[in-house]
Amino acid sequence: MGLTRQSCGSGAANENFGRGQTSGADYVIALAGNPNTGKSTVFNSLTGLNQHTGNWPGKTVTRAEGFYNHRGLTFKLIDLPGTYSLLANSVEEQVARDYLCFGRPDATVVVLDATCMERNLNLVLQVLEITSRVVVCVNLVDEAQRKKIVIDYQLLTAELGVPVVPTAARGGVGLDKLVEAVSGIASGRIKTKPCIVRYKEKIEAAVQVLEPKIKKLVGESFNARWLALRILDKDQSVLASVGHSLDRNNDPANGVEGAVLV
Amino acid sequence: MKTGQDDYLKEKIISLYDLPIGKWATVNAIQAEGITRRRILDLGLIPGTRVEALRVSPGGDPKAFRIRGAVIAFRKEDAHQIQINYKGE
Amino acid sequence: MTRGSISAGLNELMEEASRLNPGGSLKISDSIVSTIYGRAEEIAEGVVSRQGTPRIDWDKKLDDILTSRVFGFPSMLLLLAAVFWITVAGANIPSEMLATGLFWLQDRLTEILSWLHAPAWVNGFFVEGIYRCLAWVVSVMLPPMAIFFPCFTLLEDSGYLPRISFNLDNLFKRAGTHGKQSLTMSMGFGCNAAGVIACRIIESPRERLIAMITNSFVPCNGRFPTLIALASLLVMGASTSFGATLIVVGIVLFGIVTTLAVSWTLSKTLLKGVPSTFALELPPYRKPQLGKVISRSIHDRTLFVLRRAVHVAAPAGAVIWLMANIHVGDLSILAHGANWLNPLGQLLGMDGYILIAFVLGIPANEIVMPILIMGYMSTGSMIELNSLEALHRLFVVEHGWTWLTALCMMLFSLLHYPCATTLWTLHKESCSLKWTALAALIPLGVAVTVCFVVAQSVRVLGLL
Repeated sequence: MGLTRQSCGSGAANENFGRGQTSGADYVIALAGNPNTGKSTVFNSLTGLNQHTGNWPGKTVTRAEGFYNHRGLTFKLIDLPGTYSLLANSVEEQVARDYLCFGRPDATVVVLDATCMERNLNLVLQVLEITSRVVVCVNLVDEAQRKKIVIDYQLLTAELGVPVVPTAARGGVGLDKLVEAVSGIASGRIKTKPCIVRYKEKIEAAVQVLEPKIKKLVGESFNARWLALRILDKDQSVLASVGHSLDRNNDPANGVEGAVLV
Repeated sequence: MKTGQDDYLKEKIISLYDLPIGKWATVNAIQAEGITRRRILDLGLIPGTRVEALRVSPGGDPKAFRIRGAVIAFRKEDAHQIQINYKGE
Repeated sequence: MTRGSISAGLNELMEEASRLNPGGSLKISDSIVSTIYGRAEEIAEGVVSRQGTPRIDWDKKLDDILTSRVFGFPSMLLLLAAVFWITVAGANIPSEMLATGLFWLQDRLTEILSWLHAPAWVNGFFVEGIYRCLAWVVSVMLPPMAIFFPCFTLLEDSGYLPRISFNLDNLFKRAGTHGKQSLTMSMGFGCNAAGVIACRIIESPRERLIAMITNSFVPCNGRFPTLIALASLLVMGASTSFGATLIVVGIVLFGIVTTLAVSWTLSKTLLKGVPSTFALELPPYRKPQLGKVISRSIHDRTLFVLRRAVHVAAPAGAVIWLMANIHVGDLSILAHGANWLNPLGQLLGMDGYILIAFVLGIPANEIVMPILIMGYMSTGSMIELNSLEALHRLFVVEHGWTWLTALCMMLFSLLHYPCATTLWTLHKESCSLKWTALAALIPLGVAVTVCFVVAQSVRVLGLL
């Protein structure tokens, strides 16, 4: 939300047919997180006035994207809608999930609220099931400090298996380290070993049965374990999105452009 | 005879809406189905979660609760679909 | 592998999944969510710790006041009045300064043109028409917008807005709509188009439509100056700022009541359905970043107003000048139109010139007043419009205004159809011509009915 110049004019409801990876940026980074975590502050701090708001294609969900430079490279930052989870219970969650899965960003930043870690970690774990190229940004550390909350970042990094960067985006604190970590992940310099959530025995057994069959069908292009879980969960929308994504990938007219969700 | 010790307070199952302000309880079950159920679960209200009733709107409804560090307000109809284990009168 | 066979393959796997999970016995959805949260809890427990208790729980203290039975509603009302008062009082001096400056420039332009021996119509069309309308809009619109928008953004930044939803939800539930409509309604105070877009936070299409259609019942910033000017006219003399604020607050409250009433009607007739689930998060209060917000917002608003002035006010000025100066028979087109609309205007407590101003004001609400003023001025003697007294002279003395006229114009301005930008946005958001048309017709119907009833009752009761 927000009463800004862009949100008031007649162009605010325009669709933004975002192109794939190659439109003038070296790396494309997705920004995810719960609502109310200061995600937009992180976005605004990094992109400044270099941003543009529109819509996700075919949906009335706001899409903001912007650019920033770091060490001579251009990064395109896509602000995903704030969601509590990625299990596709709403249009926003579907948009976020589809982008992470099929939009293939070079890195994903998940913004957490340091004063509300338990609830926020839920989203991080779900994101880690989809992609391993993740940087966790623990924002609002100034608020946490005020409430005398202390976080063991080293332990958190060890538990999650991905880089964790504390920030207080309002004051611009920690953003340089964040940008550094993102660059490391996007370029492949930093390798991660993300935490894998193990489910109940019977579910894991079912996943074991489905996973190899899925791998045979879709190859390495998708995270087979995650797909298996979604199929077990009877998630029809995932199948539709997989289909669409494959359409785009196989269409020679699309050339090298990566998949963009519909 | 009330002695104030927990042993004498029976644990009952009531709806989230009926949780008195300032008291806490643990989630027993979610009665909603479909998308509503998933949304409620996504907020962290899975069985065993601790909830605390914080306040009521001046209009009488909704009621705000502390759930896993966040404050979430539910309307009467929706809070009635969440059952909790409560120790108290 | 072809797409078709992959789809087929995946569907097969769906079936196999059903076999692996006979009758949903594994309760996969619940289990997955539980497991993930369980792990999250584990990690959090190990990683997060408390180092003593914080001195004061500000969130609780603030909420204890702002959402309490006693202070909840009064504090909201007070905040609304405060924001309006700051906007009204704070905009006075900058508006005057801008007006003086821009109209000084206007006189210089006229001088230059006469020095160049340009024909009278050049001065008329460009200076008296286009430039004057532009100058009026900028000097009147810019200061209030540059004050209101930062105020609203500060409120948003501080985390207060969801509390408005929390307090008003019961009212909106009884009106059959979603609690978040209170938020979209608040945004409508800034700009109705932005309010319509904000309706995306309401998921159920039915409730979203209700919120979009009723959004124009709260006056956007474009209508504020009109309401303020008219309210000031009504209380001229005693303590203008304070009295005007009270009246504006009253009008706004009436707009909110209308929103609820129309929402209720819609949810019982055209948009029937059940209320959806509602879980509202109340985030912790945060100290808003004063400096950044204010400077960003002011910069933002200035660009917006200037751009709008050029796109909308300038052409409108041209049109009204043409209409006032092209004569058909012995009357200008404007006068013809005003005369033709006059009977309807009188029925509604207004007059033909006011109605024309509203019709021509469809592109943007802020030009209604300038068009009206220019319309009146074209039939009377030329006077400079730089004070309330001058306005009073023009409206009351020369064109027979009464308090009823001012009241009806305020009511019509509050309730009438949304501006073209909002309608355009509504169309994009709803993807339906039918609902866009209704979003224009329903407010118009309400406005006409209310003005008619008020005007006729006042006359019948002999209050005038």
